[in-house]
Amino acid sequence: MYSEKVIDHFTNPRNVGEIENPDGVGEVGNAQCGDIMRITLDVEDNIIKDIKFKTFGCGAAVATSSMITEMVKGKTLEEALEVSNKAVAEALGGLPPIKMHCSNLAADALHAAIKDYLSKQNKV
Amino acid sequence: MKRIYLDHSATTPVDPEVAELMMKYYVEYYGNPSSVHFFGRQVKKALEEAREQVAQLIGAQPSEIIFTSGGTESDNLAIQGTVRARNNKGKHLITTAIEHHAVLDAFKYLAKNGYDLTILPVDEEGIVSVEDVSKAIRPDTILISVMHANNEVGSIQPIAEIGKIARENGVLFHVDAVQSLGKLPIDVVSMNIDLLSISSHKIYGPKGVGALYVRRGVKISPLVFGGSQERKLRSGTENAPGIIGFGKACELAGLRMEEENKKLYYLRDKLIDGILKKIPQVKLNGPLGDKRLPNNVNVSIKYVEGESLLLSLDMIGVAASSGSACTSGSLDPSHVLLAMGISHEVAHGSLRFSLGRQNTEEDIDFVLQELPKIVDRLRAMSPLYKSDASSV
Ligand code: FES
Repeated sequence: MYSEKVIDHFTNPRNVGEIENPDGVGEVGNAQCGDIMRITLDVEDNIIKDIKFKTFGCGAAVATSSMITEMVKGKTLEEALEVSNKAVAEALGGLPPIKMHCSNLAADALHAAIKDYLSKQNKV
Repeated sequence: MKRIYLDHSATTPVDPEVAELMMKYYVEYYGNPSSVHFFGRQVKKALEEAREQVAQLIGAQPSEIIFTSGGTESDNLAIQGTVRARNNKGKHLITTAIEHHAVLDAFKYLAKNGYDLTILPVDEEGIVSVEDVSKAIRPDTILISVMHANNEVGSIQPIAEIGKIARENGVLFHVDAVQSLGKLPIDVVSMNIDLLSISSHKIYGPKGVGALYVRRGVKISPLVFGGSQERKLRSGTENAPGIIGFGKACELAGLRMEEENKKLYYLRDKLIDGILKKIPQVKLNGPLGDKRLPNNVNVSIKYVEGESLLLSLDMIGVAASSGSACTSGSLDPSHVLLAMGISHEVAHGSLRFSLGRQNTEEDIDFVLQELPKIVDRLRAMSPLYKSDASSV
């Protein structure tokens, strides 16, 4: 039911873990099935220098978390904010319809982490 | 890669002896059992033999066996068929919170359509109380339905005691025995069972076949019309090869049950003990000892999610199942685990292994060696697992 890309990111997830003293933290829960995802960011000159995730969820949740960290690492905050859950799902070669909500989790956690950073910078 | 199948409660492989016999009835003896000619008569005879084999395994008379397309149809025929036939006798129905959806959903449909439904709770081991059943009975109760053994946690229900109470109160008693057939002794007479649903593909028979035992004298209405097969209770040309295969599978199950259970109990307990010992923060779901099906293991592994466990196990060749919300089509966690008072979070990390005929001690050893590694990896990824500080 999962694409090879999903399985690859599930088996070898990129950027797993937690950044110590992060510049931004985003933790979101999934209302649908009760899963949780946490993203920590290091930001320098408006650019995501480092990003790590931890996910309690299904294979799709782990894979989308991993994929989104890979997609936004090195990007500006504006570019990162433009990454949608659909784009993540597409980059993974698609997700089963019932698993689309898991990709929301990844995008939401990323957005929450960026917002957290911005609010700390008093830019919001 | 060696594949290890530990999902026998989902389905089983067809026994080669069964498959060989069935093949003949596809290609050689293909007649319609309702036909008068030689081709038909030949199949009819085998069909009646199968009926005897099925009846024997549950202590019934052959004439009390109605063949169906499987456990789900049997459950529906039992429940809806009883309700249609006893409409004027009352509107109250009793069941438990841990039934298979084939039972629960049939009852919930009736509850929406004018019937009164009592859904009884279970204790933390997943067992319904006889007293609760007894207290729930009203003058207008027409049917009690309780499963023999639960498909998820293997808990065995006090069927004989409930049967006695039902009979004393003149209420019909249906038992979903899909998971217990061939694993636990069943005697419909001494257990006072009026209706019993069973399925072929859980006991090394083919898929798409099952049966409903209907005690002589119990009136139910058919759901399917159009012929006079199966005493008019299940019209349509019989799935003869399937039924004949089911009969053979019942015969083999009866012969092998004792021997096989010895092995299953041993492997089951080895797997349970090993998991509890090797992995911290794990909880066994369901009862121990002989209150549990001989082939069922169900544990909750905290801070990890079931589907991730299943995927990881599948990658090393191990097939299991889970009650996690993420593995269910509805994104709801297992209703059985919730009914046992297990939290949504703990249900999330539930993992079921159901053992079978061809499993060996090496299979269990392999799981016990690999599962802790998988859990470590997933816990390191989990934001809920805090024991070791940021494990990068
Ligand atoms: S995280 Fe629960 S279904 Fe994907």
